[in-house]
Amino acid sequence: MSYPKFAAPQDLERFRKQAVEAEKRFRARVLICTTGCRSKGALEVCEALRARLGASGLDKDVAVIGAGCHGQCSLAPAVVIEPWNYLYGGVTPEDVAEIIETTLRQGKPVERLCDKANGKPAPTMGEAPFYRKQKREVLAHCGRVDPKKIEDAIARGAYVAAAKALSTMTPELVIDEVRESGLRGRGGAGFFTGVKWGFCRKAPGRPKYLICNADEGDPGAFMDRALLEGVPHQVLEGMIIAAYAIGASHGFVYVRAEYPIAVEHVGIAIRQARECGLLGKNILGSGFDFDLEVRMGAGAFVCGEETALIASLEGKRGMPRARPPFPVNQGYMDKPTTINNVETLANVPLIIEKGKDWYKTLGTPGNTGTKIFALAGKVNNTGLVEVQIGTTLREIIYDIGGGIAENRQFKAAQTGGPSGGCIPATFLDLPIDYDSLKKIGAIMGSGGLIVMDENTCMVDMARFFMDFVQQESCGKCVPCRVGTRHMLDILTRICSGEGQEGDIERLEQLGREIKAAALCGLGQTAPNPVLTTIQYFREEYEEHIRLKRCPAKECRGLFRYRIDEKACKACGLCRKHCPVQAIKGEKKVPHVIDQERCTLCGTCLEKCTFSAVLKV
Amino acid sequence: MSVPTIAPIEPALKVVEELSPVTEGQIIPLLQRLQDVYGYLPRNVVLDVARRTGLPASRVYGVATFYAQFRLKPGGRHTVRCCRGTACHVRGGKTVLNAVKSELCIDDGETTEDMKFSLETVACLGTCFLAPVIMVNNDYFGSMTPGRIKNVLDKYK
Repeated sequence: MSYPKFAAPQDLERFRKQAVEAEKRFRARVLICTTGCRSKGALEVCEALRARLGASGLDKDVAVIGAGCHGQCSLAPAVVIEPWNYLYGGVTPEDVAEIIETTLRQGKPVERLCDKANGKPAPTMGEAPFYRKQKREVLAHCGRVDPKKIEDAIARGAYVAAAKALSTMTPELVIDEVRESGLRGRGGAGFFTGVKWGFCRKAPGRPKYLICNADEGDPGAFMDRALLEGVPHQVLEGMIIAAYAIGASHGFVYVRAEYPIAVEHVGIAIRQARECGLLGKNILGSGFDFDLEVRMGAGAFVCGEETALIASLEGKRGMPRARPPFPVNQGYMDKPTTINNVETLANVPLIIEKGKDWYKTLGTPGNTGTKIFALAGKVNNTGLVEVQIGTTLREIIYDIGGGIAENRQFKAAQTGGPSGGCIPATFLDLPIDYDSLKKIGAIMGSGGLIVMDENTCMVDMARFFMDFVQQESCGKCVPCRVGTRHMLDILTRICSGEGQEGDIERLEQLGREIKAAALCGLGQTAPNPVLTTIQYFREEYEEHIRLKRCPAKECRGLFRYRIDEKACKACGLCRKHCPVQAIKGEKKVPHVIDQERCTLCGTCLEKCTFSAVLKV
Repeated sequence: MSVPTIAPIEPALKVVEELSPVTEGQIIPLLQRLQDVYGYLPRNVVLDVARRTGLPASRVYGVATFYAQFRLKPGGRHTVRCCRGTACHVRGGKTVLNAVKSELCIDDGETTEDMKFSLETVACLGTCFLAPVIMVNNDYFGSMTPGRIKNVLDKYK
């Protein structure tokens, strides 16, 4: 399909009306998440549905759309059907016939595919517990449009805010609006976006650059991926407005190579926006020029740090440098550069379109707006959750997340990835915002929220993050390169039962020193997971060191597997599957594990159907 | 030690021509495309490309060795990627990785002797709802357990 070039905002409005009209010829829209859910067979469902609808002649008035993420990833593959707003999960090609008959012909929900609330089916998205307490503003259109079609986005008001900014507002006015809305950077540090733009606008030097940081490296965070895959035009629109505000004529989207679908969708979106005249010279007749290109990261976590990201764009090793000078003064090619995260930019069109006063009604004073969290780990409903800032952990984990998997006990939540901290149960009712998290030693970070239960060892968790940081440290500054190595060595020895008295104090001291002395954000925050776990779970460290015991039974060497003689039915399953033949036993004789041979792989525990294999 | 193979240069010349003029800022896109073509970065190709574009070979190698994406040795026919993200970790990703290692008898970053499998770990695949997850080529396998590894890998043998 080719698109007309919009010479003025009126052309955009005319096109929007046409797109809305064109959509009306469908009486139903089936929206299948074909991004994240692809891994669970969403494409096959899409194909089966298209084939069957075609065969029954329904394809003329039912649209089948490969859309972005619906949010509740634990339902994958997830399907939403408009106009009823039914949400189905775990859909397979075999379910297609029933969906067509019950829903698309009769308008009724297929109850067995619906999520449940209080034991009863909750067919619509509005009823499903996962969505009830959410405030989906930034994600409003994610999953509702075909990300490969600009007309879908425009029909829902995309680029209206950009047109408003370019035709009725001065750049200063745009900056004021965003500053007064209180929007803070969603990538980690939470710096006020409008203030950053103001610095960049005032900085001498031309050209200026805008970079969208989509190098979402934090393990456990995937909101930026979902936004780029599901609503790429919303991000592009935010970039156009930001570029106009700071006076940039060229921009980059720096995206991880591990996100091929995001790379593809952003590429398509840029081509279409360019064709429509929304990127390029004289955008919408305003005299403002802006174009952008996609650059793929090459797998370095540190490149999420802004000066390292710039080095990477310049074709260098991705190593950070000391700030100041800040990128707003000396960034890409030593020119003034603004770097904003994907989610931050996706907020911008909402602020410009609906105004700062509307935006301030969301969240709390000083922490306005919503935040998207990637809820994962040992929680029932995993996925993307958008809530007002100031919502409590309990609401997110229990009301939205449906509680801890297998009815286990909540132990801690980890926010902010390797830079963040572990929040214990005592803070479940703390309203989550940038400042409250900082006070308890964690950070908001990019919004990864990993839930842990009683079977997660906090020392091992700290070791895990330190190992991650060690591997990703660029090696430029000594505190990070050598200091994190020392911390990792100490943690490793504690986890293997060789911890010594004084190790906890050594970790605390090293942690404080690295925080004070490291060059960039990666190093300065690297000790956080260790320091918070020591602060809140010190007794676990002590148990590892003094009693050589891992209370969560996770650390190799500090627990072993044992077969409960009374529960063992001598079925032989464990013996058959043990990869190292460490299990002895015969028919009708309870089996025994040879501890010398056992490699602690856990296969016996997984295979036993009588819960006779225990960790002791 | 096997004799280093000399890779044909022609495909690389096409890449260089497409990107031309190749500036320093394009070293990463250049290497990414070369790796797409060859599957890795053959030594003779990198040196030749550096010479032809006037980029110092040291700069190109500096970049190639910094980023995890670039391989300097050929990989196996199938690439197994184990996610070591946080969600995978708390759901037992480590035992899954250990099971893959012992099944293939290789360590992270290595290739089996028969050149069938390479093993890599990645920071996070962004599919945390599938945790613990592994990828073989472009296929995802979610909710993995050590006991399922052999079955999954056998499909590719």
